[in-house]
Amino acid sequence: MSTIENYLAPSSIDDAAAALAAGSATIVAGGTDLMLQAGSGQKEYAPTLINIQKITEMRGVSLDGDTIRIGALTTITDLLTDEIIAEHLPVMATMADKFASDQIRNAGTVGGNICNASPAGDGIVPLLMYKAEAVLASKPNGSTETRKVPLDEFFTGPGKSVIQENELLIGVDIAVPPAGFVGGFGKFGPRPALEIAMAAVGLGGVVKDGVISDVRVAFGAVAPTPIRSAETEAALEGKKLDETTISAAGEIASSSISPITDIRASDWYRRHLIRVMTEEILNDVS
Amino acid sequence: MSAKVDITFTVNGAVKQVSVPANMSALDMLRDQLDLKGAKEACGEGECGACTIIIDDTSVCSCLMYAADCDGRTIETIEGVQTEDGLDPIQQAFVEHGAVQCGYCTPGMVMQAKHMLNKNPNPTEGEIQRGLEGNVCRCTGYRKIIDAVAEVARS
Ligand SMILES: Cc1cc2nc3c(=O)[nH]c(=O)nc-3n(C[C@H](O)[C@H](O)[C@H](O)COP(=O)(O)OP(=O)(O)OC[C@H]3O[C@@H](n4cnc5c(N)ncnc54)[C@H](O)[C@@H]3O)c2cc1C
Ligand code: FES
Ligand code: FES
Repeated sequence: MSTIENYLAPSSIDDAAAALAAGSATIVAGGTDLMLQAGSGQKEYAPTLINIQKITEMRGVSLDGDTIRIGALTTITDLLTDEIIAEHLPVMATMADKFASDQIRNAGTVGGNICNASPAGDGIVPLLMYKAEAVLASKPNGSTETRKVPLDEFFTGPGKSVIQENELLIGVDIAVPPAGFVGGFGKFGPRPALEIAMAAVGLGGVVKDGVISDVRVAFGAVAPTPIRSAETEAALEGKKLDETTISAAGEIASSSISPITDIRASDWYRRHLIRVMTEEILNDVS
Repeated sequence: MSAKVDITFTVNGAVKQVSVPANMSALDMLRDQLDLKGAKEACGEGECGACTIIIDDTSVCSCLMYAADCDGRTIETIEGVQTEDGLDPIQQAFVEHGAVQCGYCTPGMVMQAKHMLNKNPNPTEGEIQRGLEGNVCRCTGYRKIIDAVAEVARS
């Protein structure tokens, strides 16, 4: 097992970025993924372990003009009670309600969920639906810089993303959804919450006079990364949300994916779940 | 051997200073360095809640928390729950309802129940079940545990 030679607990983004610039490091937030992955040898520690929990500026949800920032250290529990989330991004709270147990929600962070880059990361699915952008900080030439990456371009494979070794995720930015935007999140697993999803759906759009537009559809646990479904979006855009549209969208949703068969679920069952959950959310918002 | 980290924190009202390996869990630190063996390790994977402690007023699985992250924080473990007047009302209710059989899950159950009741003093039965969702008991079948917590909520 790899050994940690150096432990740091910076209290600002600037100090954390400086520490990352200084050499190879592993970041830890809540530790609910890292402790297990490092303990089982699935992941090796870099020589330096950087605990980012003391960076208070990275926790919480804020609204600046039309942009909502969810700090990377915001816990899953925070999402359940935050007022900005409840008003503008309620599907994040629906997701949080289906996430693990109280103890894990209290420790697990939004940033950790994103950076762990699991194909089944629940938080990622509604964030894709809300067109979130990852905000990354680094300190390449002595001053801290940030760049933004749309979340649908962030993931490159299971456990992999575009994040560079010298970068830290400081949060995600989301434009306040337009008036009339409604959405939902569905997740299915054998034990309701404390289980890795067999499939998850995040779906939303602006519903006016029974017609849905600005549609955004995301799926979890059916591909090497959480994905957007452009085909399902196209099948719904500008359509009246009647029975025909809804069952056609469910059909397209399930045929647009190519999930794997593993110990949790078969390819067929995952497609079935995606169809059912897509139709359920559409029935709810129509 | 991983680097050692010097940390200072409060546990059950007493200030402690220890030196911990950077990769050590809070659970191993409590049990092996502070000899607080109340919190239990069962799964070691966040699934069972036997290792639940309260840190800065929230419950966490101490098996998944880095000991070094305890620095500057306030921790409450099962050892700190009893007062001079005797058992905590939650412990008393567990005794009266026979909610303890082998007892392995009990410290975690009591700490999680305590955290839940701190946040929501009048939970419904559904809310109690939800609150204890991350705690596994192999013996009691949960009924007696839920009844015990419901009684504390009523009184
Ligand atoms: C029992 C149990 C149940 C679970 N249930 C669910 C569930 O229902 N749904 C779900 O999606 N997940 C679940 N998880 C997984 C996990 O709890 C979540 O992914 C959680 O959000 C991770 O956050 P963390 O802060 O604990 O991450 P950590 O373990 O601290 O970090 C995870 C990874 O991200 C990196 N990282 C963290 N923060 C940053 C940052 N700001 N910048 C750059 N890199 C960073 C770390 O280096 C590490 O590689 C569960 C885990 C357990 C143990
Ligand atoms: S031992 Fe920590 S949750 Fe099971
Ligand atoms: S009393 Fe034995 S595990 Fe709960």
